[in-house]
Parts: sequence; structure tokens; C-alpha cells
Amino acid sequence: MGDWWTPTKMPDPSLDTKELSSISGISMSPCRRNSHHSLHSTMALPKTSYSVISAFCTEENIPQCIVYINQEVCSLGLTGVSLETKAGVLSAVPVLNLLYEVLQLQKRAQRALHDLETQQLKSSSDLEHLQHSNCRLKDQLEHTRRENSGLHEGERQLQLKIKTLQNCLKSEKEEVQKLQSIISSRATQYNHDTKRKERECTKLKERLNQLLMDKRDKKLSIEISNHVGRSDGKRGLWKTVKMEARHEGEMYRALLGDYETRQRSLMMENSELKKVLQLMKKDMITILSPKKPCVKPEPADDSLEQAVSEDEEDPGDCSRESVEQSCEQARQQLTDSIRLQWRKLKSHMERLDSQASLLASQEREGDEMMSRKEHEDEMQRMRLELQQCKEFIHMQQQLLQQQLSSPCDEETAALLNDCYTLEEKERLKEEWRLFNEQKRNFERERKNFTEAAIRLGHERKTFEEDRAAWLKTQFLNMTPFVDRKRPALTEPHSALSVEPEAKLQSTPPLVTQSLFSTPKAAPVKMPSTADLYRTLHLVPDARGHGRCPSGEMLTKSRLRNCSTDCSVISLVRDENSPV
Amino acid sequence: MNFSEVFKQSNQLCKVSPDGKYLATCVQYRLVVRDFSSLQIVHLYTCLDQVMHMEWSSDSLFILCAMYKRGLVQVWSLEQPDWHCKIDEGSIGLVSSRWSPDGRHILNTTEFSLRVTVWSLCTKAVSYIKYPKACQKGVDFSADGRYMALAERRECKDYISVFVCDDWHLLRHFESETQDLSGLEWSPNGCVLAVWDSCLEYKILLYSLDGRLLSSYSAYEWSLGIKSVAWSPSSQFLAVGSYDEKVRILNHITWKKITEFEHPATIMNTKAVVFKEVEKRPVVGSEDLSIHQLTVDNSLFSTQSKYEITQLPAQVPVIKPDPERANPKIGISALAFSADNRFLATKNDNMPQSLWVWDMQRLSLLAVLEQTAPVRCFVWDPRRPRLALCTGNTKVYLWSPAGCVSVNVPVEGSFQVQSLFWHCSGSSLVLLSKEHICLCYVEAEEEK
Repeated sequence: MGDWWTPTKMPDPSLDTKELSSISGISMSPCRRNSHHSLHSTMALPKTSYSVISAFCTEENIPQCIVYINQEVCSLGLTGVSLETKAGVLSAVPVLNLLYEVLQLQKRAQRALHDLETQQLKSSSDLEHLQHSNCRLKDQLEHTRRENSGLHEGERQLQLKIKTLQNCLKSEKEEVQKLQSIISSRATQYNHDTKRKERECTKLKERLNQLLMDKRDKKLSIEISNHVGRSDGKRGLWKTVKMEARHEGEMYRALLGDYETRQRSLMMENSELKKVLQLMKKDMITILSPKKPCVKPEPADDSLEQAVSEDEEDPGDCSRESVEQSCEQARQQLTDSIRLQWRKLKSHMERLDSQASLLASQEREGDEMMSRKEHEDEMQRMRLELQQCKEFIHMQQQLLQQQLSSPCDEETAALLNDCYTLEEKERLKEEWRLFNEQKRNFERERKNFTEAAIRLGHERKTFEEDRAAWLKTQFLNMTPFVDRKRPALTEPHSALSVEPEAKLQSTPPLVTQSLFSTPKAAPVKMPSTADLYRTLHLVPDARGHGRCPSGEMLTKSRLRNCSTDCSVISLVRDENSPV
Repeated sequence: MNFSEVFKQSNQLCKVSPDGKYLATCVQYRLVVRDFSSLQIVHLYTCLDQVMHMEWSSDSLFILCAMYKRGLVQVWSLEQPDWHCKIDEGSIGLVSSRWSPDGRHILNTTEFSLRVTVWSLCTKAVSYIKYPKACQKGVDFSADGRYMALAERRECKDYISVFVCDDWHLLRHFESETQDLSGLEWSPNGCVLAVWDSCLEYKILLYSLDGRLLSSYSAYEWSLGIKSVAWSPSSQFLAVGSYDEKVRILNHITWKKITEFEHPATIMNTKAVVFKEVEKRPVVGSEDLSIHQLTVDNSLFSTQSKYEITQLPAQVPVIKPDPERANPKIGISALAFSADNRFLATKNDNMPQSLWVWDMQRLSLLAVLEQTAPVRCFVWDPRRPRLALCTGNTKVYLWSPAGCVSVNVPVEGSFQVQSLFWHCSGSSLVLLSKEHICLCYVEAEEEK
């Protein structure tokens, strides 16, 4: 949409109507009068409209026509050209120039009209689209609302359930407490009862015993033919204090005997274990000692050397230990030395192990000891490279992510947290809010559009009128040059189609217009065209700005209904591109 | 393996003298004493009523016959057949009678556990011990016969009295830390007394001879507790069987649990051998290598049975105890160590058909004997690691580390073995049916 067609060239229809009508009123008569004259010529013309115009100018009213045309041309703002009569003869050049200018003007108007039409078409289609999307969004809204209510209902039911369950739990707990208290009370009661009964029982027993004893039960007796000797052959002894002491003594002797046997067995076990330990120690020493020469050269192992020096003392201790086996100190020494030896053995074994593994690996590699180092270096290098590559990839990924979906992040996060109903609810609310906003935006836009459409309609109407008027005047003016019209009409067409912009740029549009426009028409003319311009320009402009957030929203909701929103996005893009 | 002829018996009263020379049986009110080797009747005594209880004195010189209904105890002498002794407890009643370890005193427990009367055969003297507790095992003599531990109940508390059996001197009297004492048992070396609570509480207490509490052990709470207790002959282990179907082994130094033997329904232990008794009609054919079958095939009408080794894991038949009834049929009701301390045999009441043998050296399951009928009785050979058991049918079963044997009792008619016990030499088994006895000589078999 260039600036070139924009301003001020449009004749003010309201102003010109009077003049035009008066002129037409004047001009009408000659037309009718000469209608039959020019019938031939008009018949030859391709456009029938010219036949009417042929009546505009006759031999008699040429100067008036010229004046009129000049006037009109002036009013149209074509200042550079005017018809001149040179001794009553109309020179062709200015006429042609004028004609050309007028044609230009007309073409421009046509183009503007066309543009306007397409613009309108576009806006109407936009409108339709918006209506569609509005409809869809409404549906969606309805749907979400229903969903929301469903969720609310579910939540309510769950809450109800929870409440009933809690009540259940409470009652169960109470019952448990009750039962526990019952149990404890029963237990105490039962205990009490048993005690009471037992007491009664013992009392009864006592009583029974007493009665039976008192009765001097005749039956209670032993009949024995003759006494039997004791099984051990000894005579029975009197119960004396001495006897008691003896019993005690025997008891303690028995206990002592038991403890002694136990101690003996423990001692035996102990000595066995000690022997095993000694044996172990000796074995260890013998195992370790031949290794010393090959171990010793290692300078770092001072602990081992220390141990070795202790070792040399140990064999001497051995005999001593065996002598004073039970001695606490000796035992401690023995266990300590064993522990030490054991540790040494362990470390030695470990070293052997590692050596063996090293040896094995060496054997595996053959005599490529150097290659091992190389290999390790290579490994190190590759590891480094790998690390770098990883970092690089990571960075790329990050960048990509940043570029791709900075708004999407929220979305994915939301999706991730989807599983929590609470968050779901929150999200729904958020969506709801966004949707409302969107709706408002749409509403606003629609209003804008309707306004624009109305305005456009108005403009179109005025333009139509204008054009009609202009055409009329044109035809009024053109009639004298019916014969020349044909080449003039064809040529500018081709010239225009080839280089319309060059032409337009060559003609300084605004400055000349402001200079040559009629001072009367200019102030009134300006607002309407400016208005049109603004409305035509503003709508996409305003829309573009207004869209930005809504566009985002749309892309947001794209995940839900991709197919429908694709068109929206494309639309957004179209609208954004001119801005 | 040989079998003797069948003799009559009543009330399952049949005892071998401690020296192993005589066999005493009661038939109604008669007491028959036979020479064990020849089975010839040596003596025949006639009691005043049907004998309810019969017991040899420790020196094998006297036999005690108790007639609880009449409150009478009669003692017979082997050396002097015409010697007699009759003890009448009178109107106070009699529920149990036993010899003291010296064989010269008789301890009678009166009805309602009013008292224990101690009768001396030497001096005719009578002494009373009051407040004895009526429980699972309220009296126990130490193995050397020197001490007697007696559970008492006074003032709703449990007490233990330790008597010197020589002169019934009260050596120690102390309160036991039990809620309701259920039993006590001396360790075979006579130095430790194990005391356990009733099944309502899992608690076992170990007292020294001088009344000190050595240790107390409780495996769990709030559940039925101890059902059976057994000392190993070496006094080294104390096996405690409980209602949770486990046996816990305590050691004699720290009195802590060494291990516990579970009795699972599915045996997964690959080291254990599961012998399953399979009953079948005699079939001529080759025998499986894994089957140890020894049958005397003159019993044409009785079913034969043999043991088969079951592939592991094996399922043990389990019965569900009735939870509503008291003394539910669940848990370890019987435990017995072999004489050499190496094996422990257990029976879980809700697996009545199975007998479990545990290796005490490796502390693991060694064998499971799955019988076709519930196990009635199982006894270790007093000399060898050999276990005899019966299930109330016509067979005797023997287990040894070498394997398992099922033997049909080859007598005319059916001889359903209700219980059995070993002769002290381990050479023969005495089998008891409801009304008969039969001797089974196992030694010959072993030597063959």
C-alpha cells in the first residue's frame, strides 16, 4: 500500500455536484440536439458511453466547453494542463496531455477502488475467520466450563467420601479405645477374681487339712511287715545343725564341682584355641619371612619393617607364653601379635593379589608396557574429547531450547505437573483467565472490524459517487475527442502496466497537490481521505499490536487443537508481516 | 529284628526294672514280674484293687502299685516276696504316688494338692509338705537323686523349695519370678533348675542350686508361650518348644539363644532329608535304592509301608487348630535329645504326622519323617543315636542317621502300637497296645 494514491486528488463530490449538474444541465441540450449527428461516430466507438458524451461539445460551444473543461481540470488539480484555443482551433497537445492526465487519474482511482475492494474482501474474510474462531473458542469455553463443573463435582464427592471415611475412622478408633479399656478392666477384674478365688481355695484347703488332721484319720496309716534298711546301708541320721551345715557344704561342693568342670572344659577349649593361634602365628611368620627380602626394598613400607623387627622378638616370647598361659599380659601380647601378623598377612596378600593381577595383565599385554602408557594417554585424550563434545552438545541443546520454546517451557512445566489435581485446577483457572482475556481481545477486534467495515462501506459509497461524478465529468469533457480516444486509451494502458511506479514517482504527488489544490476543497477533503487511510491502515496496525499477546495465547493453546489453530497462526503471521 | 510273644497288660502299666533284669506288668489287680531275658514269670503279686500306677524303685528291689480310687499304695519286694507294705492315705484322697530317688521313701500327693506325704519304708515315719502346686511338672528330682525341687503356691505367689532327699531337709526356699509356674526341671548335672511359666507368658527362668537366679529368657510377648522343655543329656543345651512352632536352643554359659528351629510347612532346606511313609500292598518287584524297607512278610492282611525320599521342596501336611478351644493343637509339644546329645527330635502339634530330627552339631534340620498317621510316641535309644516311634498302627518305625525303617509287628491279630519304650541296654523295645505288650529285639538286627 504505497503512499502514492493516497491524498487529496479525490474531487470532493459534495462540492462539485452543483456545478456539475448545472453544466450538465447546460450540456444536456446540445447533446440531445446532436444526437443523431454523432450517432455514426458513436456507433464506431467501442464504448457506448462516448455516444452520449458526443453531445457535450458541438461546433458552436467549443469555447464554452474548453472553459468548462479547463475549470474542471483545474478543480481536479491538474494544473499543468489546460486547453487553449489558438484562433478558435483547439491544439491537440494540451488536449492529449489533459486527456492523459485524466486517464491517469481515472486509472489511479480505479486501482484505489480495486485495492479497497480487495481490502474489504480481506477484512471480511478476516472477520469471518474471527467469527469462526470466536465460535470455536466459545465452544471450547463451554466445554472447559463443563469439564470444570465435572471436576468440581468429583471433588465434592471425594470430599464427601473423605468425610465419611474420617467419621468411620473416628468411630473405629473410639471403638478400639473402648474395647481396650474393656479388655484392661476385664483383665484387672479377672486377676482380682483369680486372686480372690485362689485365696478362698487355699483357705478351704487349709480348713480341709485341719479337719482331716483333727479327725485323726484312722485310715491314714502305713502297714509294713518289717522295716527296710536304707539303700546305702547306713543308718538314718538325726536332723541337727551339723547336718544342715553338711547339706549346705555338699550343695556348695556340688556347685563348685560343676563350676570346676565347666572351668576345666573352658580352659581346655582356651588352650586349644591358644595352640591354634600359636600355630597360626608361627605359620604366618614362616610365610612372611622369606618374602621380606623382596618386600624390604620398598622404602615406603615402614610399618612392615617395624613389624618385622617385632617379629624377631616374638619367637622368644612364644616359649614364655606357653609357660604362663593364663597370664593376662601374655594373652594380650599374644592376641596383639597375632592381630599384627594377621594385618601384615592381609596386606601382604593384598599386595600379592595386586601383583598377580598386574602380572596377569602384563602377560596379557605381552611386552607392550609402553603401549599401555600410550593407551592410557590415548584414553585420557579421548575422554577429554568426549567431555568437550558432551559440553558442546549440551550447549547446543540449551540454545535450541531457548530459541525454540521459551514460552513453551511454562507449558511443559505445567504438563509435567499435570498429575496433581490441585495444579490442574490452578492451571484451569489460569487458562480460564487467559481465555477471558482472549475473548475480550476478540471482542475488541471484532468491534474494530465492524467499525472499519462500516467506515469502508461509507468510503466506498462516497467513492462510488465520486467516481460516477468523475466519470460523468470525464465523459462530458471527453466527447470532443471521441476520435482520438482510441489510441490514447490503448497506449497509456500499456505504459501504465509496464512502469506505473516510475511514473508515479516522477510525478511529485503531495507537494504538487497541496500547491495546486483548490484552497476551498482541501481542508474538507483532507479528513475524509485521512480517515479512510487511517481506518485502512490502522486496522491491520492495531490488530497487529493487539494480536501479539493473543497470538501467544493461541500458540499456547495450540497443543490442545492444533489443526484449527494453524490457520490462526498463519493469519497472525500475515498480519504481522506488514508491520 | 525279632518279636516276642504277646502278653496281657492293663492301663499301659508295664515297666522294666532300672537294672534291666525284670519286666513288671499289671493286669487288672495283679502284678506280674518276669525275667526280661527269658520272659518267665518270677513273681506274681495280687493287689487290693485295679492298679492305676506302678513304679520300680531305683534299686530294682521294690515295686510300688497305686490304686488312686481307694487312696491306697502297695509296695512289693522282689527279694522277700512275702514282705508287704500298704499305705493308706485315708479320706484325704490320692492323685499321684512316686518313689523318692533312694527307693526308701514314697511321696504321695493328695487330692486338691493339699499336701505331699512322704512315707519312709525304713522308719515308718511320715512327713508332710504343704502347699504343693498342682501343675504340669511340679516335682523333679535331680539326676543324682540328691535333691528334689518342688513348686509351691502360697499367697498367690510361686515358690520353689529345694529338699535334700536324704533326710528331707529343706535346703532352699525362694520365690520364683513367675506369674503362674507351670513346670520345673533339673539339668542333668543337677546344678541348674529350669523353671517355666504357664503358656500365657513366654518366660523361662534358670536358678542355680543355691537359689540364685542365673538368667531369665523370654522370646516374645502377648502370645501363647512355652509348651515343652528339654535338657540335653550333657546339660549344655536347653531346648524350649513353644506355641509359635519354634524350638529355641539356649546355651549353658550365657543362657542366651543359640539358634531357633522353625517348623515350616514347606521344607526348603536342601540338606534335610524328607522320609515319607508310603503305604501299599506288597508288590513283588525291584526296590528303589533310596528305600529302606524291612518287612517281615508273614502279615498277609496288613498293609505294608515303606519310606520314600521326597524331592525338595516338600510340603508337610498341616492341620488348622481350632482357635476357639483351649490348649490349641499347635506348637512344639514334645522334644527329646538323643543320648549322645547329637540329635534332637521334635513334634509340632499342628503337623501331627511329622517328626523332625535336628542335627545339634550343625544346628540344622537333618530329617523329617512324614508318617501316614499322627505320631503317638517317640523315644531315643538310651545307648545309640536311634529313634523309635509309633503312630497307633501295627508298625514300629526306627530312624537312625543311616536311614529309616518301617517294621510291621508280626503277631496274630492286630497289634496297634500305642506307645513304646526302650530297654535300658538299648537292645530291645517294649511295645504297648491297648491291652497287650510285645517285645521287639533290635540288637540282633543291628548285629546282622
